[in-house]
Amino acid sequence: MRDSRRTRVVLALLLLASVTLIMLDARSSSGPAAWLRSTAQSIWAPVQTAFSGVVGPVVEFFDGLGDDEQARLDELERENAELRAQLRTSELARNRAAELDALLRVAGAGQYRTVPAQVIAVGPAQGFASTATIDAGEIDGLRPEMTVLNGDGLVGRVKSVTQTTALVVLLKDATSSVGARLEGSMDLGILTGDGTDTLALRVLDPQVTIAADDRVVTFGSSGGSPYVPGVPIGAVSRVESTPGQLVRLATVDPYVDFNALDLVGVVVEAPREDPRDSVLPPKPAPSPAPAPEPAPAPAATPTPSPVAFRGSRG
Amino acid sequence: MSLRHALLAAALLLPALLLQNVLLWRLPLPGATPDPLLLVMMGLAVVWGPREGALLGFLSGLALDLVSPGDGPVGQWALIFCLAGWVAGLAADAVERSALVVLLLVAGVAAGAVVAYALVGGFLSDPRVSWEALRSVLPWAVAYDVLLTPFVVPPVIALARRVDPRERRYSVPLGVSR
Repeated sequence: MRDSRRTRVVLALLLLASVTLIMLDARSSSGPAAWLRSTAQSIWAPVQTAFSGVVGPVVEFFDGLGDDEQARLDELERENAELRAQLRTSELARNRAAELDALLRVAGAGQYRTVPAQVIAVGPAQGFASTATIDAGEIDGLRPEMTVLNGDGLVGRVKSVTQTTALVVLLKDATSSVGARLEGSMDLGILTGDGTDTLALRVLDPQVTIAADDRVVTFGSSGGSPYVPGVPIGAVSRVESTPGQLVRLATVDPYVDFNALDLVGVVVEAPREDPRDSVLPPKPAPSPAPAPEPAPAPAATPTPSPVAFRGSRG
Repeated sequence: MSLRHALLAAALLLPALLLQNVLLWRLPLPGATPDPLLLVMMGLAVVWGPREGALLGFLSGLALDLVSPGDGPVGQWALIFCLAGWVAGLAADAVERSALVVLLLVAGVAAGAVVAYALVGGFLSDPRVSWEALRSVLPWAVAYDVLLTPFVVPPVIALARRVDPRERRYSVPLGVSR
C-alpha cells in the first residue's frame, strides 16, 4: 500500500467533514449546509433542465414500457385513433399540450391558481425518499407547503424552495399523509404513502362502506396548506376486512403515474370555496369496454378537441 | 490529485450524475434506481488508489447530496461514497488479477451503501427508513448495479489508466507545452 498513513489521514478528514455537514444540516434548515445546497442547485438546475429537454423523446419511449399488458393494448388502440387524426402534429409537442390542457382543466374546475413547472429530477430510491425537483422556485411565487398537482391529480407538496427550484415530496413518499374524502360523501380518511406505488387509506368511521373503484379527493388542510381541497387522488383498489377495528383500511391506486411525471402545477392560491367533487372527471361507464371510437369523419376543422386526457401518454 | 485526474473525473462523474437524476428514474424499474455515479467513481478509484478514491467518493457523494432531490441531510451520501471510494481503492491490486473481483466489489459496495444509508438514516431517526423499505430496495439496488457494471466500469478503468502514463518520467508535465 502506497503511503497508507497519509491515506488514512485524508480519509479521516473527509469522514469528519461529512459528519460535520450532516450535523449542521440536521440541526437547522437554514445553515451553511442549506446555503450550499441552494447555491449548488441554482448552478445545476439549468443544466438539468437543458438535459431534460434533450432526452424528452427518449423518455417518451421508456414511459410506455412496463405497463400492464391489457392496459397497454387499450392505450395503444386509443392512441392509434388519436394519431390517425393528428398525423402531422409532433408527438412530443402534442403530449406536452395535452398535459397542459389537462392541468388547465383541473386548475379551472377547482379554481386553483397554479404556477406550471417541469419536473427536472427525481431522487434515487436508495435514499428511501420519493422526492422530485421542479424548475420553479421562490421567484415564481412558490413557498414551502404548497400543493402540487398535474392533469391526473395530486402529485405531492412543496417541501422547500430555492430561488429557481423547489423540492417536492411526492404523494407516495413514506412521510406523506393527506386528509382524504370519499367522493360524494363527507367520509374522511387519512392517506399515507409507503414508498410503493399504492397508498394506504384509513377511514376514520368503521361503519362506512367502501367499495372498489370509489374515488378519493383531498379534504383540504386548514388554510389550504399543504393540501388544497378537492384535488383527485385516486381510486380504491382493494378494501381490507378489518372486523372489530376502529378504522377501515383500503388500498388506493393514485391517478398520477409517478414514473412519468413531467408537467406539474403548484397551487399558489387556494380556491375560495371547496370545489367538492367537481374536479373529478365524469364517472366512467360501469364496464369500460373499449368501444371503438366512431372513425373520425373527414373533419373540416383539424383542431383537436380538448378531450379529457388521462394516462394516454405514449 | 493531478489536474488530469481532476478533469477526467469531472468529465465522467458529472454526466453520470445528470443521467441518474434526469433519466434513470423514469425507467419502469421496480425497487431502486441504477447508480452510474457510484460505478464511475469506483472505476476511477480502483485505478487511482484509496486516497484519491476517498476524495472522489466524498466529492461525488457531496454533489449527489447537494443537487439530487433527496431529502436526507447534506453529507450523508458524501460519507458513504467516501468510504466506498476508499474500499474500491484498497481493492485495486485484486482487480488487476481478475475481472470477477470487480463484480464482487460492486455488489458488496452497492449493498453496503444502501445499508449504510439506512443505518445513518436510522441514527438520525429518518421516518422513511424501515426494515421493509430496506428489504425492498436492497436486492434491486445490488442487481441493477451489478448488471450495469460490465458496461460502465471497464471503460472507465481503461480511460483512467490511459490518462495516467505508467512511466511517469517520460510524460511531459502538464502546462509545459513545447
